Amino acid sequence: MAGDLYKDVGDFEFVGINTENYIDETFASQSYLKDVAGRFMRNKGAIVGLICIAIIVLFAIIGPSLTPYKYYQQDAKSANFAPRIQGVESLGIFDGSETMRTSSKSKTVNKYVNDKKETGYEDTYYWFGSDTLGRDIFTRTWFGTRISLYIALLAVAIDVLFGLSYGLISGYFGGKTDMIMQRIVEIISGIPSLVVVTLLMLVLKPGFLTISIALMVNGWIGMSRIARAQMLKIKEQEYVLASKTLGAKDAFVIFREVLPNVMAQIIITSMFSIPRAIFTEAFLSFVGLGVPAPMASLGSLISDAFKSLTAHPYMILPPIIVLGVLMLSFNLLADGLRDAFEPKMKEM
Amino acid sequence: MNANGKRPERKENAVRAFLRLPMVKYVLKRLLIAALTIAVIILALFLLLQFMPGSPFNDEKMSLEQIAAANAKYGLDKPVVIQFFQYFKNMLTGDFGVSYSIAKNVDITTLLNARLPVSLRIGFQAVALGTILGLLLGILAALKHNTFWDTLCTVISVIGVSVPSYVFALGLCYFLAFLLGWFPTLYSDANPILSSVLPTISLSMFTIATIARFTRTEMLDVLGSDYMLLAESKGVYGTRLIWMHAIRNALIPVITVLGPLVVDLMTGSMVVEKIFSIPGIGTLLVQAIQANDYNVTVVLSFVYSLMYVLMMLIVDVLYGIIDPRIRLTKEDG
Amino acid sequence: MNSQNILEVHDLAISFRTVAGTVNAIRGVDLDVKRGKTLAIVGESGSGKSVTVKSIAGIIAGNGVLNGGTALYAMRDKDGNEKVIDLLKLPKKEMRHNINGTHIAIVFQDPLASLNPTMTIGAQIAESMTFHHLYSHAEAHRRTLELLDMVGIAEPERRVRNYPHQLSGGMRQRVVIAIALACEPDILICDEPTTALDVTIQARILELITELQRKMGITVIYITHDLGVVATVADDVAVMYAGRIIEKGTVDDIFYDPKHPYTWGLLSSMPDMDDTSDMLYTIPGNPPNLLHPVVGDAFAPRNAYAMGIDFRKEPPLFKVSDTHYAATWLLDERAPKVEMPKELQRRLARIMKEAQ
Repeated sequence: MAGDLYKDVGDFEFVGINTENYIDETFASQSYLKDVAGRFMRNKGAIVGLICIAIIVLFAIIGPSLTPYKYYQQDAKSANFAPRIQGVESLGIFDGSETMRTSSKSKTVNKYVNDKKETGYEDTYYWFGSDTLGRDIFTRTWFGTRISLYIALLAVAIDVLFGLSYGLISGYFGGKTDMIMQRIVEIISGIPSLVVVTLLMLVLKPGFLTISIALMVNGWIGMSRIARAQMLKIKEQEYVLASKTLGAKDAFVIFREVLPNVMAQIIITSMFSIPRAIFTEAFLSFVGLGVPAPMASLGSLISDAFKSLTAHPYMILPPIIVLGVLMLSFNLLADGLRDAFEPKMKEM
Repeated sequence: MNANGKRPERKENAVRAFLRLPMVKYVLKRLLIAALTIAVIILALFLLLQFMPGSPFNDEKMSLEQIAAANAKYGLDKPVVIQFFQYFKNMLTGDFGVSYSIAKNVDITTLLNARLPVSLRIGFQAVALGTILGLLLGILAALKHNTFWDTLCTVISVIGVSVPSYVFALGLCYFLAFLLGWFPTLYSDANPILSSVLPTISLSMFTIATIARFTRTEMLDVLGSDYMLLAESKGVYGTRLIWMHAIRNALIPVITVLGPLVVDLMTGSMVVEKIFSIPGIGTLLVQAIQANDYNVTVVLSFVYSLMYVLMMLIVDVLYGIIDPRIRLTKEDG
Repeated sequence: MNSQNILEVHDLAISFRTVAGTVNAIRGVDLDVKRGKTLAIVGESGSGKSVTVKSIAGIIAGNGVLNGGTALYAMRDKDGNEKVIDLLKLPKKEMRHNINGTHIAIVFQDPLASLNPTMTIGAQIAESMTFHHLYSHAEAHRRTLELLDMVGIAEPERRVRNYPHQLSGGMRQRVVIAIALACEPDILICDEPTTALDVTIQARILELITELQRKMGITVIYITHDLGVVATVADDVAVMYAGRIIEKGTVDDIFYDPKHPYTWGLLSSMPDMDDTSDMLYTIPGNPPNLLHPVVGDAFAPRNAYAMGIDFRKEPPLFKVSDTHYAATWLLDERAPKVEMPKELQRRLARIMKEAQ
């Protein structure tokens, strides 16, 4: 306590402050990363997003193995069964019954257990129901999530790699090279990316790898801009370095300087790119350019389920919910990261 | 200095003076880039067509002479470079060729004319609705910072941006149309306004979310600015303060967001049209893709790209006009 | 209220609610502003100078809380009748309609940021005149041209249609001054009006303000951290530190007979061409963080002449003369006699001799 600081000194006695050795009372300084982590932790939305993503990823990994069914396993006779979960079914929900509705009337039907006759499926449990080909939706949903995530991550990885290189090179060489490269970017960004993706898919023919490559079209420009901006900033400082003659070590120093600074921005942009990639892939599937059967992705699942939307609405729910939650969570996470790395000024 | 040692007179060429105006230079530069972009697109599409199987017309039922004649008409017997220039000219004049499989040998232009108006109308409705609601929400959220409205705006923004438009479409279609029967589930020309409500709402969600969030940020920025403070110290108060000093400044950057929004609208429309069975160019494109009708696909891609480039151009020019800092420089006025 | 004063501030206390806690920005400020004179408020960044005047003008930020105090303003209407009102008690609407612009006006530091980029300067000048219903649009326009001429802007008819970004920095500040003077206020507050400008323009702007003051008889309050400006324009000076006035008096009092160690520090740190020493003096350390409550004298940790009591009790304002007050325990009769540092004495003596 400041009041006790010099309590032995008399009221009108000089304390004898040696102003040369003055020690500032400052805030305890924290490392940059701890600051960032602290801000992130306080952002409730970001934490919720992170948790949701973790849960979904967990299920994507273990989900398919939780059921006795394979994602491609078909059973024509058990097509279009409603969801049925052991244990919960005694409560009256998820008991395998569904209400079939038309615009004029409705009827409740249970394909598993029927008072009138033996169905042969009394011991079968499709947790999310089954699709038109008798495949278990639970298994397919989580398998599809897996595929969607793979594709998205791969696409973003290619994005980062290509965009980073393009931007760094453009910024490093500067002058005419930079000008030409930037003109190219300007023109390419004038072409709607979805058109490009669609056309690419037409030519490349849908497949796991080709979709990832096509998706990278979406985000590499943003990455390259970030990389180039950083490179230019470092280059200005480079002239100071140059005066100390680093010679051939230029390239290494630049990469060592640029990459760490760029990383934060790249991570944030990637987090935003992932939901875009998932969305684009889902869109492609809906249009018929997605992963080929029998592979599933969230998009293809939604597309298949759409055909039976009015008859069997439960089919579309799992993939749509997972898709929605995934996109929401990544956006919240990315938002949180951005605020953590670059906090906005609070009122003072 | 000429031979007499006097300065030769410099007549100010009116055209040159006009060209030096920053506004004109700005617009010309944008036009040039737009034109270049379109040229590149046509080139890319042309190259693509070379790689795709199938011919520009369905030759199953044509006799050899007819095929030869058609080949000559499309210049397919000439070298590739000449074909390109022909193609270039065709695209720019609207000679789009015929459909391969969807509507065999029907002029694509005919197909377009039938489909384009609906898509444009619904797209325009979505943009208008989205922009107006988004602006209102954003302004309100900023004025009532850290209150209920603010939180509502943020929630709507995050949801609207994260959830794809077709999810909204599916949800609205199922609940409001199928279950509750408030709106027709499918679009029909007989009931153009009512049946376009749900598609319009689904398409506009992303726009509302993006614009609301952006407007809110800009408004908050402006509300804390020095010139707001000066205006208050002058005694300016109430509506005039908010309108003249806050909104007018906050709104300018919003235009820049409109361009990329249109992209999402175009692509969203493809799926939304399919969900509501709207006879627009979106469904046409989906059909073409699924039927491997490359001609139609390429042409529609060109149409989409053209719309996008035009939209960006309009947005850029509009921005230049509205912001006096771009419109005028120190020498003017 | 003293009849010489146009404004009297008593015991002003303001705090701000922030994410990190409550900041006690102003901890008891007393000021007297004499009618028709120029008062300079001096201090480091963060001492509370801006907050003080903003609270008088009623434009404190939203998270500011008035914890106490009065700001008595002797308002004279056109017939010469005087009414004393407490500015701090006025509701915002009345403040805006009756006081802001018409009686109290402010010139801010950064002219580019202070002007609305999407309004012509003519419109911005005319705005306060038309908003307060003092003039019709036509009259306001005519008067705008007059004002532009008065502040020294050439070609007013052309400039009226310009936007702020089309003018140079000096011209913009002139426009801001024109805006402030449009409704002929009694009090003009200048918050570091020249800090953002070139040195050459600084002098011209100061000249302009002084001339306008003379012509229109307005009272001017200057906020600055530049003692050179203070010496040039001020009649009275108030030195602020950590949210309190620690010394106040006429400009002669402060410059020739300063009593507070902080004032000594400020005067010593003014660069002086004739100074033979090779080191620039600075006051070591930083102002205190006002998030924490202050015990004793806020300046004590940086005060070479600090005594025990400085860490225990805050010094009151001691009277040095009728015009001169300083808040330092050194002026208490029980304190040891302390003279200002030798170098400072020499410097001030030298300046005095030159002035004679």
